[in-house]
Amino acid sequence: MSGYLSVRNLTVALQTGEPILRSVSLNVAAGQVHGLVGESGAGKSMIGKAVLGTLPRALHVISGEIWLDGVDLLKLSPAARRKQIGATAALIPQDPLTALNPSKRIGPQITRRLVDILGWSKQNAQARALELLDEVHIPNPERVMRSYPHELSGGMRQRILIASAFAAEPKLIIADEPTTALDVTVQKQILRLIAEMQSHHGTALLFVTHDLGVVSKVCDSLSVLYAGKVLEEARMHRFFMHPVHPYSAALLAATPTYTNPIDSLLPVSETVIEAVEQEVLEHDIRASR
Amino acid sequence: MTLLRKFLLRLITTAVTLFGVAVIVFIVIRVVPGNPIAMMLPPGATDADIARLQAQYGFDKSIFEQFLIWLGGVMQGDFGQSISLRQPVSSLVLGRLPATLELSVVALMIAVVMGGALALLGTLYRGTRTEGAVDISAGMALSIPDFLWGLVLILLFGVLWPVFHISGRISPALNTDFATNFYLFEAILRLKFDVVADLIAHMFMPALALAIPLAAIIAQLLKQSLKETMHLDYVTLARTKGYNENHIITREALPNAILPTLTLVGVQFTFLIGGTVIIERLFSYEGLGNMAIDAVINRDLPLIQGIVILFALLFTLVNLVVDMLYAVLNPRLRHA
Ligand SMILES: Nc1ncnc2c1ncn2[C@@H]1O[C@H](COP(=O)(O)OP(=O)(O)OP(=O)(O)O)[C@@H](O)[C@H]1O
Ligand SMILES: [Mg+2]
Repeated sequence: MSGYLSVRNLTVALQTGEPILRSVSLNVAAGQVHGLVGESGAGKSMIGKAVLGTLPRALHVISGEIWLDGVDLLKLSPAARRKQIGATAALIPQDPLTALNPSKRIGPQITRRLVDILGWSKQNAQARALELLDEVHIPNPERVMRSYPHELSGGMRQRILIASAFAAEPKLIIADEPTTALDVTVQKQILRLIAEMQSHHGTALLFVTHDLGVVSKVCDSLSVLYAGKVLEEARMHRFFMHPVHPYSAALLAATPTYTNPIDSLLPVSETVIEAVEQEVLEHDIRASR
Repeated sequence: MTLLRKFLLRLITTAVTLFGVAVIVFIVIRVVPGNPIAMMLPPGATDADIARLQAQYGFDKSIFEQFLIWLGGVMQGDFGQSISLRQPVSSLVLGRLPATLELSVVALMIAVVMGGALALLGTLYRGTRTEGAVDISAGMALSIPDFLWGLVLILLFGVLWPVFHISGRISPALNTDFATNFYLFEAILRLKFDVVADLIAHMFMPALALAIPLAAIIAQLLKQSLKETMHLDYVTLARTKGYNENHIITREALPNAILPTLTLVGVQFTFLIGGTVIIERLFSYEGLGNMAIDAVINRDLPLIQGIVILFALLFTLVNLVVDMLYAVLNPRLRHA
């Protein structure tokens, strides 16, 4: 199985040698939504950062391949990699309050890269930005384009960031917990908006979350991550019907659904965690040989 | 409305500050031993001569009375008469001010360019030896005060490799027909580049001596601020858009990283202006600072008083400009 984005046996580690991602493989097919779930610290964000070339300096890719649009990013020069990523992928960040440059107006934050990097004319970029702001249901886009980030609400800013991510028609978007920083009421709207934009534009989407409930609503397939290791990669239906990995099953059991009301939720049991830890340990031993 | 109120408040605090400075200086220079009149008279002068001149300058009255007389004059723009130079203090001081302003501003520009470049270099190569080199040179630059840098520069560019003038402001041959005392500014405006070159050749070393410590401070503060900014989400987001590191640092991070640096640099710039006193002396540069030292040596009380007030005014103006710049550069304050 290979997709528009195909991560193969990606190992990322700290300088000390401690692995953060352990031979991660995952695929996002063109136009599909792939969920990436796992508990906090599992390495979900690091997968996204590795793909987009924004890993923290303390972390290094040890081995593996990251195929994006038929090119292995890790074989490119830094400049070529930047160009390839900028032209084909985009990020919807987690916290809209910190993801816009406070000293710049909204307009240029959307249009400048279209002009600078992709060579659009200013008029085209401007028109495109207005069209997209309208598409993400922002009232009075002209005024918003002239605003500074601090003048807008969090929900508004996340809409702008979504518009900005779709601006250059990327074929892949990585959304890293795009709603966790928002009010619960706004969360649903933003989630719906992302799903709507994704299907309208036919973009492949890597959707990072720790909420299986959300995954069940928006994703076509998913990967379950634990301690930087992919435990299971599956199509949505299959996963919810027959989770293969015991950890997946435990995770499912811990997720509220219609058939599984809140009261009957079980925490992931000790035995399951121990089994997974054992699996990770065995992986590390194999890898060190 | 709020802006007007802010401005008025500022005006009042400035006035109060200047008044306080005036009072303190007035008292201190009169309590310190040394009689200005005795110093200006020839050795054969009698006590009667001294007393007559004392009365002429009002030194026979109480300090309080003297202050009131002085203040009354200041209200009418009269800062009194210099004892040693026998000219009005205001014209003496204003005549020298442009020289010191030009020196300070050129020093500031050198400091900003050098410090800024070092900060950008250190940020671009953060975590490498280049950053270490930036840190070390900044630390060294800071551990030597400006006047010692002046001596080092004189040794280097005045003695070992004499390419710059070590004293004065301008070569006498070129010192003609200036309409103002802003020689450099005027020469640039009138496109007299030979004069500009001569002025720069005189100003370079004193300006550099003043600039080096400030450049080091700017390099350290701005680099720290830039490095912190480089971790922020909007910088990461800009990375994914395909921008290169230079663009990320100068366009995304720098405009925000400058802000916290600005206020501190403003304070440091007032220190730099204070540094002109010794540096001007060292390089025989005919500015306010040099005049201040002469005034102190001669116990020229009215002149000292005038110079100190002008320096104080200059400092408050610098702070005002910094605050305004901060508001202009920070969109969050612009609308407030
Ligand atoms: N700059 C860094 N230096 C060292 N370790 C790091 C750094 N950033 C992250 N890590 C480690 O990498 C691991 C994975 O972090 P990551 O942010 O990908 O987790 P996550 O799955 O996204 O969690 P969350 O749901 O909390 O966002 C964590 O164990 C974390 O401690
Ligand atoms: Mg994360």
